[in-house]
Order: sequence, then structure tokens, then C-alpha cells
Amino acid sequence: MSELLTCQNLCKRFDSKYALAEVTLTLQRGQIVGLLGPNGSGKTTFIKIINGLLVPTEGSLLINGFTPGVETKRQIAYLPERTYLNSWMKVKDILQFFATFYDNFNMDRAMQMLSDLRIDVGERLKTMSKGTKEKVQLILVMSRDVDLYVLDEPIGGVDPAARDYILHTILSNYNPNSTILISTHLIADIENVLDDVIFLQNGQIALHATVDEIRSQKGKSVDELFREVFRC
Amino acid sequence: MSWNLTNDRPIYIQIVERIQMTIVSGEYRPGEKLPSVRELAAEASVNPNTMQKALSELETSGLVYTQRTSGRFITEDRELIASTRRRLASEKFQTFLQQMQGLGYTREDIIKLTKQLLEEGTKGYE
Repeated sequence: MSELLTCQNLCKRFDSKYALAEVTLTLQRGQIVGLLGPNGSGKTTFIKIINGLLVPTEGSLLINGFTPGVETKRQIAYLPERTYLNSWMKVKDILQFFATFYDNFNMDRAMQMLSDLRIDVGERLKTMSKGTKEKVQLILVMSRDVDLYVLDEPIGGVDPAARDYILHTILSNYNPNSTILISTHLIADIENVLDDVIFLQNGQIALHATVDEIRSQKGKSVDELFREVFRC
Repeated sequence: MSWNLTNDRPIYIQIVERIQMTIVSGEYRPGEKLPSVRELAAEASVNPNTMQKALSELETSGLVYTQRTSGRFITEDRELIASTRRRLASEKFQTFLQQMQGLGYTREDIIKLTKQLLEEGTKGYE
């Protein structure tokens, strides 16, 4: 296994408030990693730095040896928490848009997933339900062949059956050279799928361990541990 | 979710146990080829690395072996399968014994009750 993402002493400050403080971690290739933490713990800030949408105040972050920029955007497929797609567009237009924009977009895979989830490519985004819109965006992201997939709350709005399908899709498209970073609150649904979990608390790493380490050392699931560590 | 994995114990251990069961019960026949790691992982809805780890454990115990290029197979060593089955049976029995003792039964009571329940059980089927 080799390193895909490394960050050293990463800090992000908004005025006097630290959203991330001294985060140092390494993500290896071929892993599915859960980024977990309560609201306001710095998950989205971290994800935005990875995608070059925020610039760190201090410290460094490298993906494949590059700082976030044009080159890393080719190698990262990012599902943001909010949509950036034009709602008047039809699914087939967006597919074309992605295929033109990204040289690593796999149209066959996208069409297969859309048909499995019975999504009509002639439909416009604005007439779709919230969950269907989320499925379309996730399909677009997972249809790219990249080194790093960054999914910010990918399954929040979709029903449990579609959730199973999506997890199944992630597992069956799994490529041993790629890493998937998933931020979510639905821990119980995804913990069997994860290699590693990272707990963020007040912008710092509270825990970075494998799911099986947590289970064998603490005798409880990641979901239970989360509820215990972050009890309100 | 079809594999019914529980939340409190390491996933790979549960997978090892589950595959052991399918081998000793004869669902997987000696010498049969196993599906690929990716297929098994998708079927169990677990991470492929976890499935890989479970299969390595099974290889160490000898129940499964890898043939270069052609994949993983169930052992043809029927004695090993039989002794594994015996060990699993003994583990199940120990658990049963502890639970019954927890209910306040002595060994003699357990033997008596087992006989009685087995007779009642078979009557229903006849």
C-alpha cells in the first residue's frame, strides 16, 4: 500500500476560530475511510481543503504529491454537500457535460447505474425528488475513474433500499488503487464497509483506527463508540 | 446485509466463522472454488480488505488454499473439515452448557431435560 494523501499540521482559522487545528494524517491507497464527527467538528472544512475550495491557514496537504489545484482535481471526484448542477438541465445533458469536462468519466458505468436505479435520463433535475437528485449526483461522481473519491454526506437523503444499492455499487466498483473518503452521520449503515474511521472533534483528530480495532479493543460498534464519545 | 453480521465483534472474525460453517455443513464442497474476494465482499456488504483478511485467516488454518492464478479453493482434507466441525460443535456445546448453568440446571438436570426435549421434538416430526 502506498500513500495517497498526507497532511501535516493542517490548520484552518476563520477569524479567531479554529475550524481545523493541527491535523496530521495519512490516507493509504485502496481504502474506504469514514470521516466522522458531530456538527461543526471540521469535516466539511477538511473536505473543502482537499478539493482546493479553502486554503489552509497553516500546514500542508498533498494528494499524490501535489498541493490541491488543477492536477489534483483530475484525480479527485468530489460530491459536495450541496448541488452545483443547473436544475434546468436534463440528466443526459449533465452526462454529456461531465463526459466533455472530465477525460476519466465512464459513460457506460453511469448509464448502468442510472438504469439500475430506474432514473429517466430525459428528466430535468428540477422535477426530481431530493433523493433522486442525490442519486444522480452520486452516480456522476462514482462514474469517474480517479484516485480519490470524496463524498460529503452521500446517503443522507436516499431511502434504505437505494442506500444498500449505493453501498453495493461502491463495493463492486472498488479499485484497489483508489481511496474513498466518506463523511456521514449514518455510521451504522456504512461501518461494515469501512476500513478506517477518523473521528474529528473540535477540529482535531480524536481517533484514527480501523473498524476491527475499535470492535476488538472496545467491544462495541463504531456507531456505539461515537454516541459515547460525543454524548451531549 | 444478508450475512447478518453483528455490531459488537470484529467483522473479519464473523466472516471467518460464517465461511467455516458453510464448509463444515457441506454447503461448500471439498475442493470447490470460492467466489472472488470482490464478489464475496459485495455479497456480504463488507469492505474487500476485510474479506481478504478473513480469507487469509482461513488459509492459515488450512480450510482454504490458494492456487496461483486460478483462485481460492476449499480444502480437500476431509479430516481437517471433520476436526473443525468437531471443534465448532464443542464450542457451541460449551456455550449451551454455560447458559443452562446460568438458568440453575445441574449437569444431571441438563442430561435429563435434553433427553426429554429431544423425544418431544422427534414426536412432533413423526
